Amino acid sequence: MTAALIVRRAGPAMTVQDLGRKGQLVYGLAAGGAADRVALAEGAALLGQSLGLAAIEMAGMGGEFEATQDIRIALTGAPMKADLDGATVVWNASYLMAAGQHLTLGAASSGNYGYLHVGGGIDTKPFLASRAAHLTAGIGKLIQSGDHLPVGTDPLLDQTGNVLIPQDRFSGGTVTVLPSVHTAHFPEDVRARFEATAFERTPRGNRQGAELAFEGAPFSTGEQLTILSECMTVGDIQMTGDGQPFVLLPECQTVGGYPRIGTVTPGDLAKVAQATPGTPLRFEFVTHEQALAAHRPLETLRADMARSVQPLIRDPHRMHDLLSYQLISGAITGWDHIED
Amino acid sequence: MTDQAKQSKTFPRLQNVGLDGLLITFAERLSDGANRAALAFRGRVEAADIEGITETTTSLASTFVLFDPLKSDLDHIRAQLLALLDGTDWADVPLPQGRRLWRVPAAFGGTRGPQLDEAAKLAGIDRDRAIEEMTSTRVRVLTIGFAPGQPYLGTLPPHWNIPRQSGLTKQVPTGAIAVAIRQLVLFTASTPTGWRMIGQTAFRGFRPDQDAPFTLGVGDEILFAPISEQELTEIENTDQTGLGGATSEVIT
Repeated sequence: MTAALIVRRAGPAMTVQDLGRKGQLVYGLAAGGAADRVALAEGAALLGQSLGLAAIEMAGMGGEFEATQDIRIALTGAPMKADLDGATVVWNASYLMAAGQHLTLGAASSGNYGYLHVGGGIDTKPFLASRAAHLTAGIGKLIQSGDHLPVGTDPLLDQTGNVLIPQDRFSGGTVTVLPSVHTAHFPEDVRARFEATAFERTPRGNRQGAELAFEGAPFSTGEQLTILSECMTVGDIQMTGDGQPFVLLPECQTVGGYPRIGTVTPGDLAKVAQATPGTPLRFEFVTHEQALAAHRPLETLRADMARSVQPLIRDPHRMHDLLSYQLISGAITGWDHIED
Repeated sequence: MTDQAKQSKTFPRLQNVGLDGLLITFAERLSDGANRAALAFRGRVEAADIEGITETTTSLASTFVLFDPLKSDLDHIRAQLLALLDGTDWADVPLPQGRRLWRVPAAFGGTRGPQLDEAAKLAGIDRDRAIEEMTSTRVRVLTIGFAPGQPYLGTLPPHWNIPRQSGLTKQVPTGAIAVAIRQLVLFTASTPTGWRMIGQTAFRGFRPDQDAPFTLGVGDEILFAPISEQELTEIENTDQTGLGGATSEVIT
């Protein structure tokens, strides 16, 4: 019998996510997938498995889980208070979760999206080659209390107890931007002001997009534009009718009529997705060459992370220190055998 | 600031979008010709099978190309696309092969098209003439968007260049046909809209329970076949496929 993860108590916005489904833009469906792709790479690195496996994405709040058989788990993304049968566990680490043990995940202490990965991945039925829920498109559904989520075969069941220093993306900061569809329609002084402006995340936002607040005049194209609906891409920064900026996230529409001043580079998108209300953000235009030089594809990230995974300290007298990410310095587990 | 700070006013226009996108725009406004060009150019790009291109799509008047920036560099892709653009009169280009013509049963007016009279009046014709036009004009899938599989159809004759209503209709049902700006939308999901609902079908553009969940492709054509409200109800009660009684054939 294959293992399953029983959801004893589901948080309000938990879904199965992976890298999404490509190739469907022409049918009006964006790729979707995890809001924070870096978290997927971290989970894959911690469990020594493929980047393409599905995990549980938890917006704002975790839940309570139990496994029907021994499984491996890893926790990444927005850190949440976590315990396994009452014992506090460190975020951004992997564990053996024995059959019958209870994993309890609380509210996110920073960031929006936390991830629960399982060895072998969540093995729900794929649709168009992806298990990702895309709720606005009517694909998949919210995870509910009582759900039994099938877990894929895990060949590495004995490899647990690892930790990874998380890539910082929970405190905002500067986000690099490339030109998008309508960048040239914004006058140069408006683009300069856009770069000089301090933005912050507002509470409005979801997997489709994140709203930003700022002080000052709206960013407008200056001309009376009747913009024809045009193709959108994840990361686009669109100025809605009243000049309110939204950064588009993985579940965005595929075409839209609002002007877009730029598009966030793929590597910086997680900073926007994970920014909680009030988190400061600034935008800086870069050239294609600069963006390309800084670009690290997820597979490269995963491979690099897999090399820096380290064993958790197992001395029981120091278990309480684990929250401070104490590591055995210099230890390398050396397992990085991804085959696909 | 950016290479594209000054945008070319000439068409077709090629511009970078983010790290991995290129947009080829054929006109500032929608016209039948611009849409044909966008569809035809996408067909041309797909057929050319350029290494590094990962996905192509179209909007009303543009072709959008995504590529893997690490497999193939931007300048190379740009050069390939420019070579494909060169030497064709994009204002008058044949549409790609393999498109389908769909005959879709539709009930216009009454409870199934509560705003038909209002829309016809804005178009300066009476309701019978409106129904006659809606069921004799082959409309093309100009683009698919806003919801998965949801087609924007056109272009209708010039007198159908009617504005969207100022308020929103709270909810139109799945399968609704709504009109504005010389286009029709055939809704794939129940949604609020500013377009006027003039008819309804039992046709589903998105059928997630099917292996091929998207019924229409861009460039396909639709001819609505007039049926009564009762006939539509019957189809709704018996249809298991989501095609709503529609049939299709390849356009040759």
